[in-house]
Order: sequence, then structure tokens, then C-alpha cells
Amino acid sequence: MALKLMKGCEAIAEAAIQAGCRYFFGYPITPQNDIPEYMSLRLPQVGGCFLQAESELAAINMVYGAAGAGARVMTSSSSPGISLKQEGISTCCAAELPCVIVNMMRGGPGLGNIQASQGDYFQATKGGGHGDYHTIVIAPSSIQETVNMMGKAFDLAEEYRIPVMILADGLIGQMMEPVDMPNNPNPTMHDKPWAATGYKPGGAKQRAIINSLYIETEDLDTLEERLQNRYAVIRGKEVMVETYNTEGAEYILCAYGTVARVCKAAVRLCAEQGVKVGLVRPITLWPFPTKEVHDAIAQDSVKAALTVEVSAGQMYEDVRLAVNGCKEVAFMGKAGSMIPAAEDIAERILKMRRA
Amino acid sequence: MATIFKRTSVLTDVPFHYCPGCGHGIVHRMVAEVIDELGIREKTAGVAPVGCAVFAYNYFDVDMYEAAHGRAPAVATGYKRVHPENVCFTYQGDGDLASIGTAEIVHAAHRGEKITTIFINNAIYGMTGGQMAPTTLVGQKTTTSPLGRDKNHCGEPIRIAEMLATINGSAFIARTALNNTANLVKTKAAIKKAFEAQLAGKGFSLVEILSPCPTNWGKSPAEAMDWLADNMIPYYPLGIMKEV
Repeated sequence: MALKLMKGCEAIAEAAIQAGCRYFFGYPITPQNDIPEYMSLRLPQVGGCFLQAESELAAINMVYGAAGAGARVMTSSSSPGISLKQEGISTCCAAELPCVIVNMMRGGPGLGNIQASQGDYFQATKGGGHGDYHTIVIAPSSIQETVNMMGKAFDLAEEYRIPVMILADGLIGQMMEPVDMPNNPNPTMHDKPWAATGYKPGGAKQRAIINSLYIETEDLDTLEERLQNRYAVIRGKEVMVETYNTEGAEYILCAYGTVARVCKAAVRLCAEQGVKVGLVRPITLWPFPTKEVHDAIAQDSVKAALTVEVSAGQMYEDVRLAVNGCKEVAFMGKAGSMIPAAEDIAERILKMRRA
Repeated sequence: MATIFKRTSVLTDVPFHYCPGCGHGIVHRMVAEVIDELGIREKTAGVAPVGCAVFAYNYFDVDMYEAAHGRAPAVATGYKRVHPENVCFTYQGDGDLASIGTAEIVHAAHRGEKITTIFINNAIYGMTGGQMAPTTLVGQKTTTSPLGRDKNHCGEPIRIAEMLATINGSAFIARTALNNTANLVKTKAAIKKAFEAQLAGKGFSLVEILSPCPTNWGKSPAEAMDWLADNMIPYYPLGIMKEV
């Protein structure tokens, strides 16, 4: 295994290329500019195409065009830019187009700041744009995990004909870590008989119509039924979650992304004080690991759970839904890029224990 | 008996939904005929807009996209970058192209994107029921300019063809009209030249077509043609604005 020290954004871009991504459309926004910069150099080297769009709106619609044409395509942005892309994400979902969207979350609302944040959880997992849809949302907690997830993201996108979002925070994008980069010259590409690649009347391939308009009520109902059935399959098969030290724990921490790494340190600090604390880390935020979160917290040994986020409490709602009132769930976190320290998290647990 | 005219097979058998006297049907047929005559149907994809031509994907018998409002040039860009050997056209109205989609059309031209845009200018929003468009003439009454467009309140109509002709990436830019037979012939010739510019890899091409909207203008089809000639053509001069 040859480890290479890489910046998160560049590692993500290279991993996408290794996963067979050959088209990238994006627009500069901090803190993810290293992704388009890297792509602008690398994609032409592998016969692909990088294009800097005039806006995030245009970029996601170029993705729509390229995905509809059968390409493995991605875009990346950060929170305010992802808001601009929502029209296109909703459209891609309705048109059942596979693509990968990276969101290097920064603080919001509005222009917010350019530091790491987790304030886009609601936007990412509850839809974001208009209408009844979901994207698969993957929230890695290290650069290596992000790299490992890129191939999976494209595969899921194509298998289910759905946009997949990599929801990371600015820390993942901007820090450097040792990476074992896959070298995959021939990634498996899915057949796309529905794509617009040319149409010959009377030929084997049907005319492609890449479309999100279903003007007849019954037709839109048919689309929604197809989407919801697909989402049910995804919920059943594609949940990813890590549990750490949860069995027989007295307290359970729930966190995702880089915050989950801080929580792991807090678990160890608590262990030094003789308090057994476990961590449940959703890797897919949608589909949410409802059962795994419930089962970890519902254990007889557990007194309470604590959700930790760099937000005002967004995943917190899904954790409480999963637990469904069977145990107390507390929240710790602040909106606006204030990353909690492991000591503070451990202290909060010890305080809950004293109460 | 000799056949002197037949319907092009690049149009499907689906009946057009357009109002009596509307120009869309005429332009659809011309675009389809040009695709047929150039022998490019098997490698052509079209992008439909939001507006009256929203169902164009039902009518053109080629690979088709339906784009979000104004985004057709971006969608066409995505397609064309994946299949540069193929042909791509967008079909857009004036609300779609000249209002919500100005960034997309200007930058597609600016990049010299090798796509062809058919731009229908009927000086009004058709599908949503006759609201003011950026192309609405000063004094023209619409449902959102009930007393007539006031240039001090919302400016004067935008001339898209002239604007895009100033951009280096544009290879062929023309404005034509549908009001009489001579102009119909010129319109089809311009559409063909626009596709030929794309096929030659010269850059971006667009034909702006002045087209009647009797329903939302509150006129009969014949009156609408006269109104177009008397009011639109003086403000929107016809001709080839750029050809490289």
C-alpha cells in the first residue's frame, strides 16, 4: 500500500477520475476550489472534459445534459452554491439521471462564512429543491473514506439512476491526510440504454427523451410511484453506518463527518474516566440508519444519547425519530463553524452522568 | 401522380398543441426539414424550453431533452461536450432565452459552443398567459403591463440577435420573420445556415424568428401577421447580423 499525502479536495477529484468520471462542470466557490482546479488539469489528460460554467445553475444543467448523454459526470460546490444547484438537482431526480454532487459545507445561512459546517443536513437529506424526491447522501469522515466512497457513489448513482451527494465539510476538503489512492484503469460502467446518444428510427434503441415534465396527473403519479419504490429499495439495501464501542455502553454519541472523529476522541477520554461511551456514525445520511441508531440507543445499558453537530441541531431530529422516545436524546452543537473539542464533549457526557 | 411535397419524417405523428395562427408549428417543420435535408437526424439531439414549445420533445423525432426554464444552452453544452461529433439544437422562446436564461445563452455564445439555437420572439409570454416579456414593445399591452409597456418603468425591449452578434464566439446570427412567404423562405435558409455553421465547427449559431401570438395579442391570425410586420419588424430589423 503506497500512501500519499494529499489534500482532501484533490484526493476526491483524483478518486472520481479513478472511478471513471470523465466530465466535470463547476463554478468556483470556497472552500472547494481545489476540486475544479485539479479537474481542469487532470481530465484532459484522461480524455475527459472540464468546463468552468458561468454559474452553479449552468453547471448543474450541464451535468443534466452530460448525464442524459450517458456520461459519468460530477460537479462540486459549497453551501451557497449548492443552494443555487437545487433547481437542477430536483430536475435530475425527476429525470432519473445519475450524477455525483460534492458539497464541501461551509457556514450559513446566506453567505455565512468559509469555515467547515454541517448546516446543510436538512437541505441534503430532506430534498433541498422542490418536490418529492431524495438523493443518496454519503457523509465521509476522513479523506481516505471519501476516496473509497467515490467509486461507490458513481455505482449507486448509475444502479439507481439517482444523484448521489457527497456531503463533507470544509475540513475534509482543506486538510491533508495520507491516502491510499485506488488505481483502477477499467471501472465498471453501467449500460445506459435510455441515454441520448443518437437515434435511428426502426433501430434497436428507443428515442431518448430526457425529461422532468409529466403534465398528466396520472403520469406524474406513475413517476412518483417508481421513485418511491426505488427509495424503499435503497433504504433496505444501501444504509452505511459505523458503530464504535456501542455494545453495553452507558451513553451513545451520534455524529457524522469530521465531528464523529472528535467524538471518537471523546469516547476514549470518557473511557479514561471509567465511563463507557459508544458512537454511532451514519455514513449514509439518506438513507438514514434508523434501525442501527435505534438499536444502539435502545440497549438496556444506555442511559441517554447525545447528538453532536456543527449545526443548530439537524441530524438531531432524525436521531430522535429513530429512538422514538424510548431514551432521552440530548443535543450539543453550535451553528456557524464552531467545532466542538473532544474535552467539551466528554465533559458534557460526564455532566449528564452527574445530573 | 408525382409527389411534390410531403411531411418530413423528422416530425412525429403527434398533433401540435399550438393555437391557431401560432408560428411554432411552421418553425418546427422548418427545423425538422433542415435536419432531414442535412442527413443528420441520427446524430441530432434537441433541447426543448419551458414555454409554449415545452412539448417539443413530443414532436421532433430525434433524441430530445426537456430543460428547466432558461437552461437549454447549458443542457446542450453538457450533451455536446460528451458527443462533440453529434449535432445539438435548443429551441427557446423569449421568456426562456431573453429573460431567465440570459446568462446561459450569452455564455454559450461566448464559449463558441457548437450548438444551434432557434429563438422564437413573439414579444410576450405565451404559455403562462400573456405576461410582458423582455421583448414586449413599448406601449404593448400585456397582462402585466395592462396600460402598455412603460419604458421608464421597465426599460425598452431587448434585441438579442444584435447583442449576441457582438460576441466573438458567435459564428452565425440572424433575425427573420414569419409574416409572408418571402420571409418564410429566408427563415428556413437561415436555419439551414445555422446548422451548417455548427457542422463546420465554426461556433455558436442562432436564428431569432419574429413569430405571431394571436391568442395573447388578442388578434386574429391574419391581424397578428399584419401587427408583426407593422410593429415588430421596425424595431427588430431582419437580416444576417453575423456570418463567419
